Amino acid sequence: MTRIRSAGLPVLGAVTALAVWWSATAVFGIRSFFLPAPPDIVEAFRRQPAYLLRETGSTVAVTVTGFGIAVVAGLLLAMTLTAWRALERATLPVLVALNSVPKVAVAPLLVVWLGFGAQPKIVLVVLICFFPVVVATMAGLTSTPAELSELSRSLSASVWQAYVKIRLPWALPQMFVGLKVGISLAVIGAVVAEINNPTGGLGAVIVLSGTSFDTPLAFAAITLLAVLSTALFYLVVALERLLVPWARAISG
Amino acid sequence: MIALTRVSRTFPARSETVAALHEIDLTVAEGEFVAVIGRSGCGKSTLLRLIAGLLEPTSGTITVDGGPVHGPRRDVALMQQQPALLPWRTALGNVLLPVEMARLPRAAGAGRARELLDAVGLAGFHHRHPYELSGGMQQRVALCRALIQQPRVLLMDEPFSALDALTREDMAAQLQALHLARPATTVFVTHSIQEAVLLADRVVVLSPRPGRVREVLAVDIPRPRSLGRSAALPAVAECVAHLHDVLAKAGDA
Ligand SMILES: Nc1ncnc2c1ncn2[C@@H]1O[C@H](COP(=O)(O)OP(=O)(O)OP(=O)(O)O)[C@@H](O)[C@H]1O
Ligand SMILES: [Mg+2]
Repeated sequence: MTRIRSAGLPVLGAVTALAVWWSATAVFGIRSFFLPAPPDIVEAFRRQPAYLLRETGSTVAVTVTGFGIAVVAGLLLAMTLTAWRALERATLPVLVALNSVPKVAVAPLLVVWLGFGAQPKIVLVVLICFFPVVVATMAGLTSTPAELSELSRSLSASVWQAYVKIRLPWALPQMFVGLKVGISLAVIGAVVAEINNPTGGLGAVIVLSGTSFDTPLAFAAITLLAVLSTALFYLVVALERLLVPWARAISG
Repeated sequence: MIALTRVSRTFPARSETVAALHEIDLTVAEGEFVAVIGRSGCGKSTLLRLIAGLLEPTSGTITVDGGPVHGPRRDVALMQQQPALLPWRTALGNVLLPVEMARLPRAAGAGRARELLDAVGLAGFHHRHPYELSGGMQQRVALCRALIQQPRVLLMDEPFSALDALTREDMAAQLQALHLARPATTVFVTHSIQEAVLLADRVVVLSPRPGRVREVLAVDIPRPRSLGRSAALPAVAECVAHLHDVLAKAGDA
């Protein structure tokens, strides 16, 4: 019963939303140029599926590359900064401040600095999801409960043992909070970069559809973005369930 | 053997300092079982942390087995007041943590870990995670973790506080049996006077603010003792009544 509910209710919500949207376009006779109905969007996709899938692939490549770089660099930086308490104290406020700077604002500058290739796009993605990963991982690495630190001291654990057996695993749930925020932001970063620099990707499709007044095409691209973003997010969630199944249980 | 000579410990607080323990003199002989009772906040946990080498005394000296305490040692086991289990490890994995930290072969420890878990009534729960266990079960896992290394010195901070009365008696009986079979030098903090009298060779009563030794009572009752039946013995009743009076007065001081 609860399983039916947990799977069924979101589906019911989505179907209802679609139905309202569709009937609104039909009842009020809204033109597809203004607000396309669901079938118009499907039609737009079926007109040029290869093109749309290729551009989706390009967005995925930018997103995943940027996210990957941000995660590796972010984890390394967080581990380094939390190795010394003084360093962590000195850098955390700076990182939190940088985290709140809207990174999308530098998108045009990146094009000036790095040209029109994939580079400025990847760099924007890295910039946008790097700080949440660093800040969350640092928070996790510095939140080891006092009794667990005491336990590892009382067992005469080496620095390495204390880190690998206690501090790092304890940080994983919070690290994943950062990864989940990061992956959602990564897609946004990629699209903003592509809109700013429309040489490829779904962001470029949206820009081009605007110049040719092809609103259904823009909606098809947006739909693909939503699917992509959701899929990537749940990929991270799946990884989290695999690596830290206990986190859900202790957070209730 | 544990020896504390004029040991004091203060903690810095907002404006002044808090004297947690004041000039404690206490020796625990090799293989002796000493229970420590006292009101909340009188420094019992601090006392165990000092002996475990997790805290340094502000003044005074502590020796374990003749040598001064410089820090934690592997032959001294501390069972903390909180279960402090690792949530990502099973009960068995948690019990094996000290074995891994000492870089001993896991396989050898596993057999003993299973025996210990069975002995404390967790036979069906070896592969459960802490969040699947009740508070009392978690505490018993922590007890097994403290016992697995067969420490020469065993420090226990209210190890049975989360247990119901009957399980508590069972655990006390288990602990007594283990102690009789292989006597570790033990300091056992408890809030239960009965438990202290049942288990200990001597009972130390601490008085609060600052923590001082109020009284040391030798319990000369033959072992094995049991909470259920020995409780009726006149000698036990006398010890319990006496400790109760001392503790009640210690609170007013
Ligand atoms: N790390 C610390 N920093 C500051 N004050 C502390 C610290 N540890 C203990 N204290 C203080 O020392 C006193 C004794 O604390 P302790 O934990 O040893 O008491 P306790 O006898 O174990 O109490 P309980 O029975 O409630 O566990 C308390 O007043 C406490 O506030
Ligand atoms: Mg305490």
